[in-house]
Amino acid sequence: MTAQNPNSFRNQPDDRGHFGQFGGRYVAETLMPLILDLETEYRKAKADAAFQAEFDDLLEHYVGRPSPLYFAPRLTEELAKNAPAGKGAQVWFKRDELNHTGAHKINNCIGQILLAMRMGKTRIIAETGAGQHGVATATVCARFGLPCVVYMGATDVARQAPNVFRMKLLGAEVVPVTAGAGTLKDAMNEALRDWVANVHDTFYIIGTAAGPHPYPELVRDFQSVIGKEARAQMLARTGRLPDVLVAAIGGGSNAIGLFHPFLDDPDVKMLGVEAAGHGLDKEHAASLAGGRPGVLHGNKTYLLQDEDGQITEGHSISAGLDYPGIGPEHAWLRDVGRVDYTSVTDTEALEGFQLLCRTEGIIPALEPAHAIAAVTKLAPTMDKDQIILANLCGRGDKDIFSVAEHLGVKL
Amino acid sequence: MTRLSNAFAKGHAALVCFVTGGDPTPEATPAILDALVAGGADVIELGMPFTDPMADGPAIQNANLRALAAGTKTAHILAIAKGFRARHPDVPLVLMGYANPMITRGAEWFADACADAGIDGVICVDIPSEEDPELGPALRAHGISPIRLATPTTDAARLPAVLDGSGGFLYYVSVAGITGKQSAALASIQEAVARIKQTATIPVAVGFGVRTPEQAGGIAAVADGVVVGSALVDLVAQHGADAAGPVRDLVASLSAAVHAARKDIA
Repeated sequence: MTAQNPNSFRNQPDDRGHFGQFGGRYVAETLMPLILDLETEYRKAKADAAFQAEFDDLLEHYVGRPSPLYFAPRLTEELAKNAPAGKGAQVWFKRDELNHTGAHKINNCIGQILLAMRMGKTRIIAETGAGQHGVATATVCARFGLPCVVYMGATDVARQAPNVFRMKLLGAEVVPVTAGAGTLKDAMNEALRDWVANVHDTFYIIGTAAGPHPYPELVRDFQSVIGKEARAQMLARTGRLPDVLVAAIGGGSNAIGLFHPFLDDPDVKMLGVEAAGHGLDKEHAASLAGGRPGVLHGNKTYLLQDEDGQITEGHSISAGLDYPGIGPEHAWLRDVGRVDYTSVTDTEALEGFQLLCRTEGIIPALEPAHAIAAVTKLAPTMDKDQIILANLCGRGDKDIFSVAEHLGVKL
Repeated sequence: MTRLSNAFAKGHAALVCFVTGGDPTPEATPAILDALVAGGADVIELGMPFTDPMADGPAIQNANLRALAAGTKTAHILAIAKGFRARHPDVPLVLMGYANPMITRGAEWFADACADAGIDGVICVDIPSEEDPELGPALRAHGISPIRLATPTTDAARLPAVLDGSGGFLYYVSVAGITGKQSAALASIQEAVARIKQTATIPVAVGFGVRTPEQAGGIAAVADGVVVGSALVDLVAQHGADAAGPVRDLVASLSAAVHAARKDIA
């Protein structure tokens, strides 16, 4: 962004899959040849117009893209009420919650299952936390007629029962994982164990922009449809780019999908929102705020860990955010200072959730409720003519039971 | 000659025995390691527990969790190693584990601590040759062998890269999968070891799924070493702090079979 630093922020990772010191390929030798094959095949697919055309066609006619770009008038007005004179930025949303299956996860699953079929793989596995990625994976497997096994922590199976049922309806086998705390990290361990034993026929559809190279890159590329559309839509509607982008971060796939196409627009600021759970001094899932670099699940990134490098459990009200790591590109973007990161507590996210319901008639998922909570803090500090664009990456149907419980309502 | 190369130059195949450090407690591990030696193990692999052992099956996963639940720290593992070295000056000792606990204080710190504890080699499951700069240079600078794994998916084109910078022995994982599950057919192991030895100049030890003296003896006839882990870890799970006796007995039967097997591959 300066004369001394003419390099693009969009040319990561390097040829060894590193984003600065982060990323890489920290996997068992059994998986290494497959990871190298996947990279080769992904390079070919990326350069293949027919692959891109099939991806685009499915996104348009099956997923329902492009998703709308929406100006939120009543939320904007509400946040301006308590702002100083002249303050209170416009709030816009990228409506990825309107996608088929109700979240951004499907974008990536379409891309990866096309890759899997290109590689001749006949069996799909996935991990899931909240169940959104599991549902999206089960969906594309049903669409293309491939058997699907989804690993899900036993704790998450209990708190996300509707999504478990959805996956089963779609023909997937859901395997509850009882190891550890029975959440996303444990599900990912078990999916890796399955993969290493079945590399010959199995493709692992990783749900976030993390894991061994080339996953962080390819998930980002598939999710970048969010930012590419949003950038074009914003220019078409307002003739300008947004001032700030805001997105929630667990692994960080919706955020990197929104941010990446804007990284070389120097006037566009970006804010990633981690889950602060009960608070950063208590149980939380904010890997950047409360972690330090380490190696887990195939990549080097910021991790919640103790002094011996043992991984500690993340906590968030949102099952999609309680992972003790973060995608490696976010770790790099934070260290180079291109993206700012903040965190939002469970309580603040619940307030954001209810505020959007009341002001805009949109029930968001608890994941983007974190982004909304950050927007409520940010908007009153910005000028009225400035624009915040937040990613509404999932809808809240799956969360109404846990929200009711937190609000003390019995359904 | 090093302790590790000596272990593979006894005129018979080497028995490599794995247990998880700190399982059931850090205090119980030294007696279990002594039992491995008493039973006739030629190389000792001491597992460094990790919260997320994603290459391991249920037996070793649970051993990791038991060790951590018992309060096992990296400092305990290093102290266990140091004590072992004092009691057994000639028996090679290898640490096996995952990257994060090894690099978390820096590779240089870890390599220095390993050298101080008398550790001969380090197997890091999730640092393939592509990520060697993470740990390999520091280990080699301290005279510690980075021991790499080769698997059925490691083809001839890739093997030289796996061997480059590695030392001690090559650990051939005979099945694509996690520890403690199925075992490979002897014929396929023989073919794989013969193929690897066309390139490898270090000994080749074979592991994953080896549980009985019969299996171990069969492999010992076609490889330079045999690795047994989950079967021993199962005994520790069953007998806890009293595991030393049963562990010694199983290792004695394994070593008798391994040491008696004629070694066709020089």
